[in-house]
Amino acid sequence: MTSFLDIRDLEAQIEADEGTKPILKGLSLSVPKGEVHAIMGPNGSGKSTLSYVLAGREDYEVTGGSVVFKGEDLLALAPEERAALGVFLAFQAPVELPGVNNANFLRTAVNAIRKAREETELDAVAFLKLVREEMRHLSMSPEMLKRAVNVGFSGGEKKRNEVLQMRLLKPSLAILDETDSGLDIDALRIVAEGVNSLRGPEFSALVITHHQRLLDYIVPDKVHVMAMGRIIHSGGPEIALQLEKEGYKAFLEAAA
Amino acid sequence: MAATTETRKTVETLAHSTYEWGFETDIEMDIAPKGLDEGIVRLISSKKNEPQWMLDWRLKAFALWKTMEEPHWAKLRYPVIDYQDAHYFAQPRKKPGPKSLEEVDPELLRTYEKLGIPLHEQALLAGVEGAEQPRVPVAVDAVFDSVSVATTFRKTLQEAGVIFCPISEAIIEHPDLVQKYLGRVVPVGDNFFSALNSAVFTDGSFVYIPKGVRCPMELSTYFRINARNTGQFERTLIIAEEGAYVSYLEGCTAPQRDENQLHAAVVELVAMDDAAIKYSTVQNWYPGDENGKGGIYNFVTKRGLCQGERSRISWTQVETGSAITWKYPSCILAGRGSVGEFYSVAVTNKHQQADTGTKMIHLAPDTKSTIIAKTISAGKSDSTYRGLVRMQPKASNGRNFTQCDSLLIGDQCGAHTVPYIESRNMSARVEHEATTSKISEDQLFYCRSRGLSDEEAVGLIVNGFCREVLKELPMEFAVEAQKLLQISLEGSVG
Repeated sequence: MTSFLDIRDLEAQIEADEGTKPILKGLSLSVPKGEVHAIMGPNGSGKSTLSYVLAGREDYEVTGGSVVFKGEDLLALAPEERAALGVFLAFQAPVELPGVNNANFLRTAVNAIRKAREETELDAVAFLKLVREEMRHLSMSPEMLKRAVNVGFSGGEKKRNEVLQMRLLKPSLAILDETDSGLDIDALRIVAEGVNSLRGPEFSALVITHHQRLLDYIVPDKVHVMAMGRIIHSGGPEIALQLEKEGYKAFLEAAA
Repeated sequence: MAATTETRKTVETLAHSTYEWGFETDIEMDIAPKGLDEGIVRLISSKKNEPQWMLDWRLKAFALWKTMEEPHWAKLRYPVIDYQDAHYFAQPRKKPGPKSLEEVDPELLRTYEKLGIPLHEQALLAGVEGAEQPRVPVAVDAVFDSVSVATTFRKTLQEAGVIFCPISEAIIEHPDLVQKYLGRVVPVGDNFFSALNSAVFTDGSFVYIPKGVRCPMELSTYFRINARNTGQFERTLIIAEEGAYVSYLEGCTAPQRDENQLHAAVVELVAMDDAAIKYSTVQNWYPGDENGKGGIYNFVTKRGLCQGERSRISWTQVETGSAITWKYPSCILAGRGSVGEFYSVAVTNKHQQADTGTKMIHLAPDTKSTIIAKTISAGKSDSTYRGLVRMQPKASNGRNFTQCDSLLIGDQCGAHTVPYIESRNMSARVEHEATTSKISEDQLFYCRSRGLSDEEAVGLIVNGFCREVLKELPMEFAVEAQKLLQISLEGSVG
């Protein structure tokens, strides 16, 4: 097994009003190249924190452990360097950028990444051709290129816009943080298809979700159960079904 | 929190980012001795071969100025200005008043080239040959240390009946027009700086668009302060006759110097029935260094008179430079159904201070005004929007909409909004909206997780914040302004 993403004993905390709050408490997880892993866990288990820490959000202070990605110390890199290296986070709550034209944002991002990867930047014409093509796959209206980034987007539109960015930026590790929340079944299918078509030997993903539902469409190679800031159980896709039936209780008791 | 600390760190390291236009041109100058008295006023007038009426006008202004006091109501702090410690006249030696580009000192032309100003008409036309889309021609009047050095495209403009020339030339060639309008919109004694300008202005642009003429190209003036300790006092006068239209652009730069330089311009616009004037400024005077040393003191009076019915005057400004900005481009809506607009982006960084805004004076019925002011403060700077909307008793159905948005970057800057609203007509409607926000860590992180650097992220977010104003600028200027915004804010966020 090639070590691709290797998280060891990761500890992280955040400054809250009540004081310092530890969230990740010795989390270990490995994702080999080309595999899609799901992380499931109850609310407050630290799933979103994990995704933020991996993408480089500075509000979280890493107090222990290590993350090695493609042989590099991921935690030492700035968010934009992680993006260039191939990390992509699909946000649970995509951020609004008032006045910033979506097409302009997407092109700036694509070219920033291409530049960092020493690829030639795309001119406006080439970019529009590419983005229109990708949007067709995601059943997105070209009209969305003209709007301000995520401003006034419906929940489904925001998530599709995230998947669009993922497809444009061609990551080698995609982290999908509750991408299924707020999606109806049709949108869920489209989004899942957007992810599935990227699957291959050069693409790994961490799919964070509450529900089994998404995993009907994106079938993971492995499922990890997360609770209390740690991975408490790992296994095959069948775990998701077991969770759906029995809930987290059995796993929590076993871990306690 | 970690992010804030880093923000501060980046600000500190990058506050040293250089002012790209800070070079000085080595050119022989005729400079009047320092100080200001009646003799200097006479000297300026005689250097310009002005007629007696002009000299008399200046002397009256000077006498008035001596009785006036510098205003201090603005939220600006700066050391006392010694008006006797500046030169009031400097002109590039060579022939006074070059008649064509060939007569202009090549050193000067190189300066403008460095600034990216398309002075050579040939160069402009050559641009058309390239693969790029043909550029819209722009006629340029270049003012170098208070003296207009070159005006391009004169012939094309003449054929359309448009007059576009240095105001010093207009005083001699078109005395009737100048006498009729000079000081009409901004009276000599309007304020301390307008009186000073009236006494000692050395050049500027004059534009006259005859009845029914749509000016065939954008008109542009570039102001460059070069000489040391020199005040720059330009005077611009634009008249649009019935049904005429003109779009006028103004750009400004100055070399980097330790001492402060004084700039006090007056701009007057007059629009007759159904005429429209669009006046755009990209102001990028030297803002001073990271310790607040040097930079231009910019005290400007700009005012437009919508004299005719349904006339329209629109001010668009992107202010990124100057150590001190004191500037309120205004509209007097005297014609029934006339429209005044003010679109502004004011950026302050380092130790810059800006007190800027507008005045919309509604005198006639059915007049309408729109104010969109975007203020961005970073570093240790301080920015104030100050605006007056006044509905006079006759302004029935007058309408105003004002929107003031402030964006703060970092935690050591300030933004203030001071709206004055006076309504003396029951049917008039005045709306005011104001917001203050910070670039959020969420927004920055979102952009950075997509591969954008701090700087790119801030540039993108700021340009988005300013979009409503930037879209009012003519195309080419808009691109320039966007770049300028990003450069001005370099290092302001981590």
